[in-house]
Amino acid sequence: MTFLSPLILVGMILLISYLTQLNSEDKRTIVVVDESGQFESVFFNTDKTSYVNLSDQGLDAGKEVAKDDAYYGLIHISKNPETAINPVTFYGNETPSFDFIGDIEDRIEKKITDQNLVAQGINLTALETAKSTIDINIENFSGESSSKMSNWVKAGFGGAAGYLLMMFIIIYGNMVMRSVIEEKTNRIIEVIISSVKPFQLMMGKILGTTLAGITQFAIWVLVGGVLLVVLTAVFGVDPSAATSVNPAASQAQEIAQDPNMVIELLQEIQKLPLLQLVGGFFVYFIGGYFLYSSIYAAIGAAVDNETDTQQFMLPIIMPLMLAIYVGFFAVIDNPHGTVATVFSIIPLTSPIVMLMRIPFEVPLWQIILSITLLIATFIFTVWFGSKIYRVGILMYGKKPTYKDLIKWLKY
Amino acid sequence: MNSLLVADTVSKKFGDFTALNDVSITVPEGSIFGLLGPNGAGKTTLIRIINQITMPDTGNVTLGGEPLQQHHIRDIGYMPEERGLYKSMKVGEQVLYLAQLKGMSKAEAKTRAKHWFEKLEIGDWWGKKIQELSKGQAQKIQFVVTVMHQPKLLIFDEPFSGFDPINANLIKDEILQLRDEGATVIFSTHRMESVEELCDHIALINKSNKILDGEINTIKRAYQNNTFDIGVQVVDETAFAKAQQQLASSFKVSPAQFKSLGNEHKLRVEMGDNGTPNELLSTLQTYGQVTHFVEVIPSVNDIFIQTVSQNK
Repeated sequence: MTFLSPLILVGMILLISYLTQLNSEDKRTIVVVDESGQFESVFFNTDKTSYVNLSDQGLDAGKEVAKDDAYYGLIHISKNPETAINPVTFYGNETPSFDFIGDIEDRIEKKITDQNLVAQGINLTALETAKSTIDINIENFSGESSSKMSNWVKAGFGGAAGYLLMMFIIIYGNMVMRSVIEEKTNRIIEVIISSVKPFQLMMGKILGTTLAGITQFAIWVLVGGVLLVVLTAVFGVDPSAATSVNPAASQAQEIAQDPNMVIELLQEIQKLPLLQLVGGFFVYFIGGYFLYSSIYAAIGAAVDNETDTQQFMLPIIMPLMLAIYVGFFAVIDNPHGTVATVFSIIPLTSPIVMLMRIPFEVPLWQIILSITLLIATFIFTVWFGSKIYRVGILMYGKKPTYKDLIKWLKY
Repeated sequence: MNSLLVADTVSKKFGDFTALNDVSITVPEGSIFGLLGPNGAGKTTLIRIINQITMPDTGNVTLGGEPLQQHHIRDIGYMPEERGLYKSMKVGEQVLYLAQLKGMSKAEAKTRAKHWFEKLEIGDWWGKKIQELSKGQAQKIQFVVTVMHQPKLLIFDEPFSGFDPINANLIKDEILQLRDEGATVIFSTHRMESVEELCDHIALINKSNKILDGEINTIKRAYQNNTFDIGVQVVDETAFAKAQQQLASSFKVSPAQFKSLGNEHKLRVEMGDNGTPNELLSTLQTYGQVTHFVEVIPSVNDIFIQTVSQNK
């Protein structure tokens, strides 16, 4: 399972995109009743949609045909001589998708705009040739150029790492919590803690699951690394070429399709501080996991069954969610902005936010500060968690409140 | 006799609640020690302190002359009141795991476990999961887990609650055998009558305080108070009624409860220091046939109730 899950993940993504394609693969037939007679040229057949023009038969007859032949729908453009804009209506059995409606609106808008331009005496071909596109090349001061894709790759990798870390914390943290609750409800806990100290038992659980998490991630990194090497070999990417892409070449790349995109993607991935990212993941996973799982263990010890855990979950879920949102909005928007920087140093959110920032290259002092704070905080939460754990595992019956938990610290 | 376990003025508070207040007990080596008292008296807290599960606020505990240390967990076998095992774990693995937690090597644990499984005739449960066993069967496993590492001190909290009578007897016999082999046993219970005949030393705990302790026979002797249950087949009712009044003037007399086939007068006479059994018997003989003459030995329960009411 551990080996297969990355493959299963990739498989799932492929399956979903395949299914989405299947979903919209049905060919649709639309009846067009255009009373104005201006838009006939707009409705040309495509792969997915074909149009039947029944303008000469009128709206009612068109509706009959659409219904009898089970067509997807009918577009009716009425003639309204008093206003310049003709009202357009879509009739159909089901509500059409945004994509579909948007496509039709675009076509009609384009036609009307073109007509208006011509009416203003503007030459359409001249307008078309006058249009220009510009592609800004991004280069840093040391002369290393990067494409726009670079930002997406960085955001993608950072986001994935941060999200993965959150999932790991929640999944393995829950595992610790469930095992504590199991021992408590089984009543084996008193037998166990007459042999080992509660602190040892708790740390044993946390360390065990930490190692499980690290192993899991290490396997993924290995699989990912092998995949990267294989792909690099297959597409013949020269890692050093990435730094010397000249503007002309990169423009050419963008014009050409898929294979070059893959090459560029691979080049960007190779340019990421992968070692830092993987190292950061390990460090922040261990720190963040210790921090949160000791709270999970304390919660497990405080309650008698899993349903009672809900009231205590908020303090765990909230900072994690906050970190994810800050990561996905603030970091991607501006990786070195105040919000992103502060949240990547606050211990409760730093593991996730900092991981998201690492691909964008973070100053060393910030990393050191955030790791130091993280370590100090997890030492505190482990101490705090073990206090509650020690008392909680022997408490049955009463559902404790936050006030009770504070009282337990003094026992 | 050497003392194996000594608790000296142990106190423990939970917040504002005092669970133990300067409690001292001395458990002689090779004895069966009854730690008795109602629910909530502090027995379990004291046991948890002995097991190093909780730390006392003040006072100290020594085992075999040494202050309690981490390695002492190997010398103690503890069966808590709330028992349990990992439900989905196999019996054999579980027994080995718990024995290894107590510091046994795996090979050693295996030999000892096999020995006990044979002794209790449960060898074929080795590969079963706990959840496949009945409650009584699981309790046998729990017992094996408690005694397997050959501890010097065995502690049973509410030992026979939850055991069916057959298993309770079996376990009782095994415990006595372990005692004969040199182990010291502590029974903690609020059902005093259930361990009375097993214990040779007791300590009574009530509301966090120890109210009495010592050798059970000494205690009983101190409380026996020269009391007798008597039954007399009276010949002359009026004469006996007079005699009864006379008895009541010098002793404490109350109706007695015991089984008999006749319709004799049944009395409980508490003589204290005012008379001897022989005098009483010879007086009674003059009124008719004495069918019943038994010294009342106070039960631990009686002693407990008496001591608690005295202390109030």
